[in-house]
Amino acid sequence: MPVGPILRVDNLTKVFTRKGQPDFTAVDHISFEVEPGQCLGIIGESGSGKSTVANLITRLIDPTEGQIVLDGEDITRLKGRQLQTAYRKMQMVFQTPTESFDPRHTLGDGVGESLRNFGLDQSEVNREVAELLKQCGLPPEFAKRYPHQVSGGQCQRAAIARAIAIQPKLLICDEATSALDVTIQTEILALLSDLRRELNLSILFICHDIALVQQFCDWVLVMYKGSIVEEGVPDEVIRNPQNDYTKRLIESIL
Amino acid sequence: MMKQPAIRPARIRRDTVKARLIIFGILAALLILCSLFSEYLTPYDPYLQDLSNAKAAPSAQHIFGTDRYGRDMLSRVIVGSRTSIFSTLLLVAVITVIGTVIGVFCGWHGGKIDTVLMRISDMFLAFPGLVFALAVAGVLGGGLHNAIFALAAISWPKYARIARSQTLSQKETPYLRAARLSGSGTVKILAKHILPNIIGPILVTSMLDIGTMMMELAGLSFLGLGAKPPIAEWGSMMSENRALMTTVPWITMAPGLAIFVSVMIFNLLGDTVRDYADPRARQLCPGKAGFAKGKTGDGSNRRFEARHRGGR
Repeated sequence: MPVGPILRVDNLTKVFTRKGQPDFTAVDHISFEVEPGQCLGIIGESGSGKSTVANLITRLIDPTEGQIVLDGEDITRLKGRQLQTAYRKMQMVFQTPTESFDPRHTLGDGVGESLRNFGLDQSEVNREVAELLKQCGLPPEFAKRYPHQVSGGQCQRAAIARAIAIQPKLLICDEATSALDVTIQTEILALLSDLRRELNLSILFICHDIALVQQFCDWVLVMYKGSIVEEGVPDEVIRNPQNDYTKRLIESIL
Repeated sequence: MMKQPAIRPARIRRDTVKARLIIFGILAALLILCSLFSEYLTPYDPYLQDLSNAKAAPSAQHIFGTDRYGRDMLSRVIVGSRTSIFSTLLLVAVITVIGTVIGVFCGWHGGKIDTVLMRISDMFLAFPGLVFALAVAGVLGGGLHNAIFALAAISWPKYARIARSQTLSQKETPYLRAARLSGSGTVKILAKHILPNIIGPILVTSMLDIGTMMMELAGLSFLGLGAKPPIAEWGSMMSENRALMTTVPWITMAPGLAIFVSVMIFNLLGDTVRDYADPRARQLCPGKAGFAKGKTGDGSNRRFEARHRGGR
C-alpha cells in the first residue's frame, strides 16, 4: 500500500472569463497536500478564493490549469461515471445546511441518495440511514422530516451524515459552521472531531474564523486574493504571523 | 404565543383554497367524464337529421332545441364536448411536454444550442398568437389536427421560457451540487431533483392555459380552420348556425354556453391550483403540496414551526 497524501493539489488555477469584463483569477497557482488523518484548514476573507478551491477539488467547476490527485488518482479531467466513482472517496459539507437538501425530498432521501446510487436496496438504505443519523446525534425519525422542518444545526448534522454515508476518505467542509450560531458551532465541531477519530477521516476545513481553525486544524493555509500567502501550524501562525495580510487578519479579531 | 394569530388566518385561507380545489376539481372531472362517455349520455343520435322537426324551439323533448337539419342540439353539445375538451387537453399536454423538455434542455445545457433555441422561441413570441395560428392553419389547410398543430406551434415558447429560467435557478443550488457529489448522474438529477422542483409553475401555467386554448381552438373552428362539419365541435357549431342567430338564437346559445361554462370551470381550477401552489402558503404545510421552494426564516423560527407542526 502506497502511503501518500490523500489529496494533492498542484498549481491549481481558476480564471473566470466573461465577455466584456477583464479576466478574474479566483485561484492563482496554489499547491498543497492533505495527509491521511490530517485536518487542513484554509482561512481567508470572503472573495479570497476558498470556496472556489472546494468547488475545484470536488470538480463542480473545471480548473483552468493544474492538477488534482485524490488518493493517488488524477481526477483533474475525469468525467461522468469515473467522476462518480471518485466521489466515493471525497464528500463535502456545505455552508447552508437547509439549502443543501432538496426541499421536495426528506432528509432520509438525501442522506441515502449516495447509498442508493452505489447499489444498496431500499431496506438496506433505510437501516443504514437510521444508523448514520444516530451516529451524527439525530433520532432516526428525522429521516422522514423535510429540510425546512428542522433547525439549521440539525440539518447540518444530517448533511454530515450524508457526507460520511459512503465512508469517504476526505471530507471537505466549506464554511460548514458559518451559518450556525456559536453553541451549535461548537456541537458540530465536536461531532466532526469525533467522526474524524472514529473513521480516520482527513478533513479540508475551509473557514473564515481563525479561532475555529486554531481549535480544530493541524495545519493552516492563509489565502489572500487567490494565493496562499502563509502556512503553518495554527498556533504558530497566530502567534507569529509573517505575512502582512495574516497580521491584519489576526489583529482584526484580537 | 405571539405567533398564533399570524398563523391562524393563513390556515383558514388554506382551507378555503382546498375546498375550492376540490369543488372545481370535481366539476372539471365531471366535464371530462361527460366527454369520455358522451355517446352514452346523448338522448338522441347527434348526427340524425329530421327535417320535419328543424329549428325547433327548446322543449321538454329537445332541451336546447334542434338545428336547421333537425339534429338535437343537446346531443350535439354533449358529443361536441369530446372534440372540444379532448383536443384542448391534448394540445395543452403537448405544449407543456415539448416546452418543458426544450426549456430544461436549454437551461441545463446552455451554450450555442440554448441561444439558437431561445432565439427561435423569441421569433414565435414576437408574433400575435392567434394571427400566427390562423396563418399556420391557413397554410396547412383546415382540420382539427392542423388547428392543434398551429396552436401548439405558437404556444410552446411560453413553457420553454418558464422551464428554462426555473432550471437555471435550480442549477446552482447547493442541493444539486450535493446530489452530484452523491454520485447521481445527469438523468437522475434532472428527473429526481430538477423536474419536481420546477414542475409547479409549469403545471399552474398549463392549467390556466386550458381555458385559453379551448377558446382559441373554438375560435379557429369558428373561422372554419378547425373541426369541419358535420363533426360536432362547439366552435364550428356556432359558426354553422350563426346566420340563424336572429331567428333561432338557441342554436348558437347552446354551444356558446358550453364553451363559456367549461372555460370558466377550467380557469377557476387553474386559479385555485395557483393559489394552492403559492409559496407563501407552502411554509405552513410543506412537503405536501407546495410547488415552489419557499425561503425559510432564521433557524429559531424554523424550530418554532417544527415544534408547532406536531405530527409531521
